Amino acid sequence: MPTLTINGRSMPVDAANDTPLLWAIREQLQMTGTKFGCGAGLCGACTVHVNGEAVRSCQTMVGDVAGKKITTIEGLAPKGDHPLQKAWIAEQVPQCGYCQSGQIMQAASLLVKNPNPTKDEVVAHMDGNLCRCMTYSRIQKAIMRAATEMRTASATSSERRPT
Amino acid sequence: MNRHVKAITPETSDLSRRSFLVGTAATGLVLGYAGVPGIGEALAAPSNFEPSVWYAIAPDGLVTVTCGKADMGQHIASTMAQIVAEELGAKWSDMRVALASNDPKFNDPVLGAQITGGSWSTMMNFDAMSRAGAAGRMALTEGAAAAMGVPAGELVVRDSMISHPKSKKQMSFADVVKSGKATKTFTPDELKAIKLKTPDQYTLIGVSVPQLDIPSKTNGTAKYGIDVMLPGMAYGAVVTPPVRFGATVKSVDDSAAKKVPGFIKAVTLDDKTQTTSGWVVAVASTYANAKKAAAALKIAYDGGPNAKVSSESLLDEARRLQKLEDSGQFFVKDGDPAAALGTAAKVLEAEYTTSINIHAPMEPMNATAEFKGDILHIYSGNQFATRSGAIAAGAAGIDPKFVVMHQMWLGGGFGRRLDADMMIPAVQAAKAIGKPVKVIYTRENDMTMDFSRPLTYQKVKAGVDGDGKLTALSHDVVSAWPTQRWGIPDFLTPSVDKKGPLDSFTVNGADFFYTVPNHYVRAIKNEMAHNATPSGQLRSVAPGWTFWAVESMIDEIAAATGKDPAQYRISLLDGAGKNDGGAQRLRNTLLAAMGLAGYGTKKLPKGEGMGVACVSSQERATASWTACVAHVAVAPSGEVTVKKLTVATDVGTQVHPDNIRAQVEGAALWGLSLAMYEKATLKDGGIEQTNFDSYTPLRMSQVPEVAIAVIANGEKATGVGEPAVTVIAPAIGNAIFNASGARVRALPITAEAVKASMKA
Repeated sequence: MPTLTINGRSMPVDAANDTPLLWAIREQLQMTGTKFGCGAGLCGACTVHVNGEAVRSCQTMVGDVAGKKITTIEGLAPKGDHPLQKAWIAEQVPQCGYCQSGQIMQAASLLVKNPNPTKDEVVAHMDGNLCRCMTYSRIQKAIMRAATEMRTASATSSERRPT
Repeated sequence: MNRHVKAITPETSDLSRRSFLVGTAATGLVLGYAGVPGIGEALAAPSNFEPSVWYAIAPDGLVTVTCGKADMGQHIASTMAQIVAEELGAKWSDMRVALASNDPKFNDPVLGAQITGGSWSTMMNFDAMSRAGAAGRMALTEGAAAAMGVPAGELVVRDSMISHPKSKKQMSFADVVKSGKATKTFTPDELKAIKLKTPDQYTLIGVSVPQLDIPSKTNGTAKYGIDVMLPGMAYGAVVTPPVRFGATVKSVDDSAAKKVPGFIKAVTLDDKTQTTSGWVVAVASTYANAKKAAAALKIAYDGGPNAKVSSESLLDEARRLQKLEDSGQFFVKDGDPAAALGTAAKVLEAEYTTSINIHAPMEPMNATAEFKGDILHIYSGNQFATRSGAIAAGAAGIDPKFVVMHQMWLGGGFGRRLDADMMIPAVQAAKAIGKPVKVIYTRENDMTMDFSRPLTYQKVKAGVDGDGKLTALSHDVVSAWPTQRWGIPDFLTPSVDKKGPLDSFTVNGADFFYTVPNHYVRAIKNEMAHNATPSGQLRSVAPGWTFWAVESMIDEIAAATGKDPAQYRISLLDGAGKNDGGAQRLRNTLLAAMGLAGYGTKKLPKGEGMGVACVSSQERATASWTACVAHVAVAPSGEVTVKKLTVATDVGTQVHPDNIRAQVEGAALWGLSLAMYEKATLKDGGIEQTNFDSYTPLRMSQVPEVAIAVIANGEKATGVGEPAVTVIAPAIGNAIFNASGARVRALPITAEAVKASMKA
């Protein structure tokens, strides 16, 4: 039985190695925040992080991620208060909300690498994530808001750091 | 407005009981199911104050509003809570929402059924929710007055607190509920007599309060149908035939599937509701296994009568039907267009088409079915619980009153979840294996078995007199009839030529607010399309195609008579006769959009242009007055870039301004997506597009600048989820003409079509 390291916990899953990670997360671990959208890596609804990289969990097999660090929307921030999640609420982004876990996970992987993205960089990074409610402009605004908050927070914390 | 269903309601509840209020013991409020075992869990805790079926106030003061409408992202549950809270006097942070079961007590107070669509919900529930809120406030106030020993008339209610300014005494809603003194009851007449607030007294309506469902949609906790987990449940993967409808299963060989671990059974559907045809469900212990088993099934089909039908044959058939004198029925018949066309100084004639379009909500169709005692429980996000419950019952072979629909958040609806096809595999698989089964469509099932927006063909003839005045318009609309497919007579509309009922959800919008003395609209059913591509209601429904034709033709007339297309529309919106009121509002909305876009004031570079359109979507009686100015650039290759969409909409009253903007923007981008990016085709009876690589809704990189102006002059609140869809395509088509001289008449618009028309 493969063991997954997910949101900081080690969990055995009753699934064959060729099972898509998506279904192991949803059915075996009953963490349903990660969504099934297309099963073909075309929509981004199932996006999770594997060792910090955004991947499509419908295209990632359980056998390929054993021993790697997996993060889902449930584990992005302990209290659901990641700057992106707060920004998503402040900008009132979700409509149906179904794609938004994937959008947030995709955006989070951008801000880790690029804390000050331009609009074009945001669009390029997010273009693989479909939103059928078409909340795209609010997604962009929320990413910019979160980026600003994260930069401010890190500037403040580095100022406080003793030299 | 169309009349609506009662016929199919499992047990019709009369209006007086439905709106019965205040102080009744909870058991008395459970209508329809009271005698059915297993229903008791729906009852509220007895200590709650349940002033109406629509909400309960718990002893801790939290107010939970039960929303009878499907929430597919339009935040209607939150909106219902907002309308209740306004009159109740509750603090917004005390408000919660719950989603209703299909118990008829939660039926729409106007429609008499549980159906969500038409951008109807706010307008049709505003009054009932307001009265429910007000009645609760009056009951709480009387209770507080008794407890405090002061006259009720001296009490002030605000933010869930009832205070007596003279004595400085106060009680919270929680205190009054705990005291048990809120006991006042209202008869339907008393309810009707309640004097509601006037708009100047509103403190919550018109405020963009935080939507109650949004936090759960940022942390993965919102539960959609696909997230339902029941103990001991199995999973079903659907195998659908290559033909959209009409195929039958000849044989199923499950010998290879039996080798898949966890495989339980292959169930061939026996669908007497005729919602599906030729479907098999592979049932297994997990969805991954079910999919493997589905792939391993060897199924032989008889393709049936539609196995050779293609988009081309549907269009050919539409053209043939339109040419027949006696086709179809009349939806509008004013004056004598044939005679007027005969004497017109100039006659224009054009045909407009739209392709098959697929809903493709992000959450693929799914349903979970569980038989428990005599009751069939269905868990699914659905827009039409009344009918879908009956279809589920049909699939199970039981009476609809034994079906409980558990509503979930909808991962997109757009009209797709008005249908009930997903109930059938879930119900029959659960019945076959004796365990709960969750059926999940693959994206490929979801796309190829969509109840799509039908392919449409429209022929419009217009006659103008020597001054360029529009004197005659004849408009034929040929399509499948999606709403007739429901089999509910109350949803159909009598034809004006008394040739029997027609499906007005294929022609709404064609009965516009322009003054045209000789005007007819004919609704023609394309039986071939109706059978081969069972169609549904896709966000904005008929106005999504009727205004494509009307608003393109008005522009063509303006061009042919040398008039500015916006000014020409304004001259037609004179408010004469039956158009009084609506025409003026639409004119003002168009002017607002023109002003915001700088229409006619900007010198645009070569190859750029602006185009206008204005619409009275969704229906004449329920219109939100909406106008668009599209700004496009057209390259010599025919490539179109939409630079900006400016949309103005008159919604009467704004309950939640930010939500209106979100809906209008989403609708406008849907309009853009349908105009430019979405096309499905039928070949050999099957939909050719199977996933988001071949069916390609708008992505972030394709979003233009969108400017929105919302007009609210205090008229009744109207809907916002759909109207802005319908105004975009014609505005873009008209902008392309102004930019390049190319006239496009087929949706979606392609660079090839633009280029071909430029040369012509």
